[in-house]
Amino acid sequence: MSAVFEQIFQVGFLAAIIRIATPLAFATLGEMFSERAGVLNLGIEGTMLLSAMTGFTAASLSGSLWLGVLAAVLTGMLMGALHALFTVVLGLSQHVCGIGVTLFSSGLAYFLYRLIFGQQSVPPNIKGFQTLPIPVLSDIPVLGPAVFNQFALVYMAILAIPLAAFVLYRTPWGLSVRMVGENPRAADSAGVSVIATRFQAVVLGGALMGLAGAFLSMAQFNAFTFGVVSGRGWVAIALVVFGRWDPWRSAGAALLFAFVDALQLRMQASGLGHIPYEAFLMLPFIFTIVAMAVMSRNAVAPSALLKPFRREER
Amino acid sequence: MSLPAPLIEMRGITKHFGAVKANEAVDLSVAPGEILGLLGENGAGKTTLMNVLFGAYAPDAGEILIQGQKVRITSSADALAAGIGMVHQHFHLAPRLTVLENLLIGIPGKTGRIDRAGGLARLAEIGRQHGLTLDPDLPVSALSVGEQQRLEIVKALFRGARLLILDEPTAVLAPSEVDGLFSALRSMAAQGLGIIFISHKLNEVRALTHRCTVLRHGRVAGRVDDPANTTSSEMATLMCGHEIVPPARGPSTPGADVLTLDGISTSKHSGTPLRDVSLAVRTGEILGIAGVSGNGQRALAEVISGTRVPDAGQMTIAGQKVSRFSPREVQALGLGRIPEDRMTTGLVTNLPLADSMVLPRIGTTAFSSKGLLKPDAIRAFAEAQIKAYDIRCPGPMTRAGALSGGNLQKALLARELAFDPKVLIVSQPTRGLDIGAARFIHEKFLAMRAKGCGIVVIGEDLEELLVLCDRIAVMYEGRIVGTLDSADATIARLGLMMTGAEGHS
Ligand SMILES: Nc1ncnc2c1ncn2[C@@H]1O[C@H](COP(=O)(O)OP(=O)(O)OP(=O)(O)O)[C@@H](O)[C@H]1O
Ligand SMILES: [Mg+2]
Repeated sequence: MSAVFEQIFQVGFLAAIIRIATPLAFATLGEMFSERAGVLNLGIEGTMLLSAMTGFTAASLSGSLWLGVLAAVLTGMLMGALHALFTVVLGLSQHVCGIGVTLFSSGLAYFLYRLIFGQQSVPPNIKGFQTLPIPVLSDIPVLGPAVFNQFALVYMAILAIPLAAFVLYRTPWGLSVRMVGENPRAADSAGVSVIATRFQAVVLGGALMGLAGAFLSMAQFNAFTFGVVSGRGWVAIALVVFGRWDPWRSAGAALLFAFVDALQLRMQASGLGHIPYEAFLMLPFIFTIVAMAVMSRNAVAPSALLKPFRREER
Repeated sequence: MSLPAPLIEMRGITKHFGAVKANEAVDLSVAPGEILGLLGENGAGKTTLMNVLFGAYAPDAGEILIQGQKVRITSSADALAAGIGMVHQHFHLAPRLTVLENLLIGIPGKTGRIDRAGGLARLAEIGRQHGLTLDPDLPVSALSVGEQQRLEIVKALFRGARLLILDEPTAVLAPSEVDGLFSALRSMAAQGLGIIFISHKLNEVRALTHRCTVLRHGRVAGRVDDPANTTSSEMATLMCGHEIVPPARGPSTPGADVLTLDGISTSKHSGTPLRDVSLAVRTGEILGIAGVSGNGQRALAEVISGTRVPDAGQMTIAGQKVSRFSPREVQALGLGRIPEDRMTTGLVTNLPLADSMVLPRIGTTAFSSKGLLKPDAIRAFAEAQIKAYDIRCPGPMTRAGALSGGNLQKALLARELAFDPKVLIVSQPTRGLDIGAARFIHEKFLAMRAKGCGIVVIGEDLEELLVLCDRIAVMYEGRIVGTLDSADATIARLGLMMTGAEGHS
């Protein structure tokens, strides 16, 4: 037992958790904003993939990582706008449009990538983000090197959590988002534009999903492969439910998932060799399902989730 | 009394929904400090007209003037900016957000933040002015219906409304809450606010309003300049186009017990549970269940309709013991029911009216054979009922949700009565109905009674129960505290029993 304990408090292990959690946190916050406004965005998986691709491409062609991040964010916003156009403005089915957005943007990502880089035996890579130790803070024992010696995008994710909570709970716009997700008719009769608020929330969510994609291809893998997202978008959707549509809880859920994922990576490496490694790969997902089943029974979704708003209907 | 220039004027407002002419060239005006009653039958177009004024619906024609200035109101934001506030028939609140959050929605903040301190100060000020107090940090779901309505009124005042529209505010209130509402409204009018008050209860209209506009089939049918000195029946005649005579309840000739409950108790699952309830209804008799809502009426209705299984006790219908308590079983034994909430447990609002009307009997040979529906039979049945009950709608294939409240209720009644039930259980049968429709429904009940049906009417409106019922039982905290013959019952006596005082006859 104490060996496991020691492992957990190893700097490397803690740092790995933070790193795994970062794209999940971005994606989960993004999905949360969208769902709080009443729009389920199943386009998240494809949005992350396309953003990872455009971010990587922009960075590798221009040589500037931050230009890559910008490209990824813009891509995310664009895909968010596409989803919002269908579901918010036109009031079409959120499930169908979300899956459509994922299929479309995944296909587009593969196609553009082939078009630009051709078919190479070794995928091209870039020199990705380097860790950026924060003076003083990174000297704190254990926690310092694990949390404060990370990529700039990790710090952005950490800051994004309180910021998201502030925006959602303390600003008039955040209140409008919550209201259009609960009772759009009430928001409408209070003079809030339901369509505009939902559109903005979905686009903001897309931007955050774009950041998740950027992290994967420019900080974590430093390359674009077709498996770069591999289900993280779907996991984020589950984490939003697990986190009860709250920024703090959602980020906590992402951290917990990352912990299990990091643990299973360790277990794979630690010579429990007679168990096939696929068994370990399943662990985080089994954890998600169990945790969801236990924790989410009385979680209540925004009341107007999935419901398009049309003014003169009753 | 001479009134100053109008605060709000609507001229020639026309609004059609497809073939339905909801409003036709309607003129209406309200002066500052005036309480205007807006009357009309169900489906006359009152709600539609107010939605036009509030910017929720765009009119097909007509104009709106505020203090003589023509304004364009295309959204609720415009209406709010013009000083118009509205309390909707169905509240527009987000139940999971707090009172304060519901108030501050759509209000620009201070330096990018929600202005909590400013909101609290304003709320306290409104509370002092009109006696409308609320706990700002409670979630709306924790408020009673009366408090939610207060919040809706405060919300309008919060935005500086100069005209307040209330769409059937008293339909959801207990009689004791109505007085509080009226004194708040009078205080607002005294300070120069204009108020538009919609209600089907003509005695309320007479007590509160200064003037009335009456709609019929979307048009202005007339105006009443002195409601206090106009009789209810004169107003009703204006509304309906003909006189409404109260139905006469002849002497009852009750027969054998057709529905009995013996020692029924339920678990505390949702709402007040039943505790050892015993009652009997005979054929050809109407039994009223009086009580302040929330005292177990819902559980009682659910047990009788077979949607809730009691923990203890027995029930019989037409002499047969109910064993499984399923809706299908009690229906097969001859029970018809009209639930309290016609929108959720009554009809399926997204289906065509015809489908909803046959739903409980969809499996019978009249409407299906060999597992397939008979669409023609369903349609023909619905058409016949629409005619027989004068249900106002474009046709049997209309979405049920598009009907006005009164017409929904008629559709439900038509559905249940078409199959000659031996026992009928109804909750709040005329809530939200105009007096013509209410009278119509009362007549149907009395006709069923004459045919030997046993009827249970659950209601809060004591006047209605006294007119309709042969006997009245009073519920308090899940028990029946007493039963009176209606000849011995008075409002005062029933009211006392409803507070839990023993009142055995
Ligand atoms: N959104 C809508 N879509 C289609 N038809 C509608 C809509 N709103 C109202 N109607 C129709 O317009 C007519 C007027 O309805 P409205 O709700 O204004 O009546 P009302 O006077 O408020 O009746 P009630 O007393 O029952 O509330 C009705 O025939 C109704 O079916
Ligand atoms: Mg109405």
